[in-house]
Parts: sequence; C-alpha cells; structure tokens
Amino acid sequence: MKSRVIVITSGKGGVGKTTTTANLGTALAMTDKKVVMIDTDIGLRNLDVVMGLENRIVFDIVDVVNGNCKLKQALIKDKRFDGLFLLPAAQTKDKTAISPHQMKNLTNELRKDFDYILVDCPAGIEQGFKNAVAGADDAIVVATPEISSVRDADRIIGMLEASGLNNARLIINRLRSKMVKRGDMMDINDILDILSIELLGVVPEDESIVVSTNRGEPAVLETASRAGGAYRRIARRLMGEKVPMLSVDEESVNFVDRFRKILKLAR
Amino acid sequence: MALLDIITRFFAKDNVSSKDVARERLRLVLVHDRASVSPEFLNKLKEDLIKVIREYLEIDEEALSVDLENEDDSIALVANIPVKGFKRAG
Repeated sequence: MKSRVIVITSGKGGVGKTTTTANLGTALAMTDKKVVMIDTDIGLRNLDVVMGLENRIVFDIVDVVNGNCKLKQALIKDKRFDGLFLLPAAQTKDKTAISPHQMKNLTNELRKDFDYILVDCPAGIEQGFKNAVAGADDAIVVATPEISSVRDADRIIGMLEASGLNNARLIINRLRSKMVKRGDMMDINDILDILSIELLGVVPEDESIVVSTNRGEPAVLETASRAGGAYRRIARRLMGEKVPMLSVDEESVNFVDRFRKILKLAR
Repeated sequence: MALLDIITRFFAKDNVSSKDVARERLRLVLVHDRASVSPEFLNKLKEDLIKVIREYLEIDEEALSVDLENEDDSIALVANIPVKGFKRAG
C-alpha cells in the first residue's frame, strides 16, 4: 500500500487538532495499519500527554533533524498497539528549529515504514504551519461551529491551496445538536456552504473526550464514547471505505427510527 | 424544545436565531478576507470615485456607499451613488 502523509490543521487553536490526531491515529492502528503521528507544535507539545506517552520521551523531532539521534530512536512505541508510534515535538525550542525542507525529508523517510503519517499542525499560519504542510499529500481541516473557527478555517483552506493541497477535507468538531436544533449554533450545511469543501465527518461535543484526555487514553478505545465512535467512522473513511454520515441529531433521530420500527413490528 | 425555551423565544425582542446572525456576519467578513481588502482600501477607492464622478454629475457624497458583495461564488463591487442633478453641458 502506498503510504499517505496527512496534515491535521485548523488555523485557530483549541478546536481539537491534537485530539483528532490522537484518535484517528489510534483508530487506524486498531485496524492493524502502521501509523506514526508527528507533533510539529515545537515549544507547545501536547500529543504526548493526550496519548499518555509523556513519560517515554527521550529524543524529539529537533534531535532527529539535527542528527543528534537516529529517527528510530526518537519514535515512541504506543503502549496499546504495536503498529502505532509517536514522534514528539521539542518542548524547549521554537518553530524555527526545523525547516519545511527538513520536514519533507523526514516524512519521506517515514513513508518507507508506515501506511499513515499523521502530522499534528500547530495553530497559526506562520513557520509551524509551513513546516507541517511541507511533506503532506492530504489535509484535514478541523473546525468547530463558531464564527472565529470557521473564519480561520477559510483562511487555512486558502493557504493549503497555495501550497498545492487542493483536496482538503473538513471535520466539524464539538457540534452540539441541542443548540443546532434551537437555532443557536450553525449547522453542518451552513458551514459547508461557506467553506465549500468536502466533509470528512462530524464529531459531537462529548464529555468523554475530557475524561479520556485526563487518562491519556484516546476516546476511540472507549466503545461507548459517541465522539470515539465518530472518530472510528472517520478513520474508516480515511481508508477509503464508504461510511454514511449519521444525522446531526443522532440521538433524537435514532429515537424516532426506533419508534417507527416498533410501530412496524406491531403491525 | 423545552417549554422554557419557547417562552423565552416568545418574549425575546427579535426572533432571528443567533445562528442566522452568525452565518450572515461570517459571510460578510469572509468577503473581505477572501478579497484581502482593508477598510482603508475601500475608503480610498470611494474618494477617488467621488473625484471622478463629480466632474460629470452632482452626487450626494454623504449617501454614497461602496462595498464588496458576495454573489454566487463571485465577488462584486457594488456602488450606490445617489444623483442630485446633472451638470449643464458647458
């Protein structure tokens, strides 16, 4: 299989890039893919804590590009899956510690051993963004249903296109169906109309994300987590499977469907 | 919808939902973002337009408006220029 380098980006901070990277990486590894996640947020690394791997870091991405260690030495193997690895960001340097050229070489090196290389991009549009997109084949844009996030996503989509990434796909994160229903939150179609890019998936607002982050266990491992389930479906779409989008309003639709089924059975 | 929501909505000053407000504000801000046009740019354009048109027509400079608008995937420069009268041909 040809390996894919996928950058996960958003422009705005705090919309769930790192959570998305951790969950998609884990979900792909659950299906026996070989996956490496790269944290490119140099100076503000977090993918290690979200994955619960913070105690295992010896070397980081800056050590690798500067030749202080071999690439294999810096890769941290996940505790749960044999095919899942993390390349952590450096915490004490800044974004200029690596260049887009070095990043491209690094991802090309990783292609030899991995099916999926997920690049967790820092917030912003500066050097960190340019590094993260340098070696990417595809892009995932994460946005929440808020003006500020969608506006920044629009800017980022333009910048991705300028870097030759014309096939960016969107994940709408932290959607609250109750607020959408009462007209107090933009819905999926509002956002798609404005951004006009392909929808990869929708992740509901879910407290289980906070709990799983507290524990350092991605939500996809939790069968009952709604957000985890959404991420598992998104991972299948990434692998090229056709997985239907569930309704925004999953719970109430399911309720109505169930009710209809009961009526049919009764007849 | 909870009963409380219905009551609140009923007594609200206006019943435009906040997501419609968000969508409209976002649409407008993106027109400017995408064209990378600053308000200063538009003001300068407006001043120059006034200078040129004043040669030919008496216009209401106060009421003149120039703005970028988004219409089906394309951006249009829309100017609304009230005419007070024509200048007599000299």
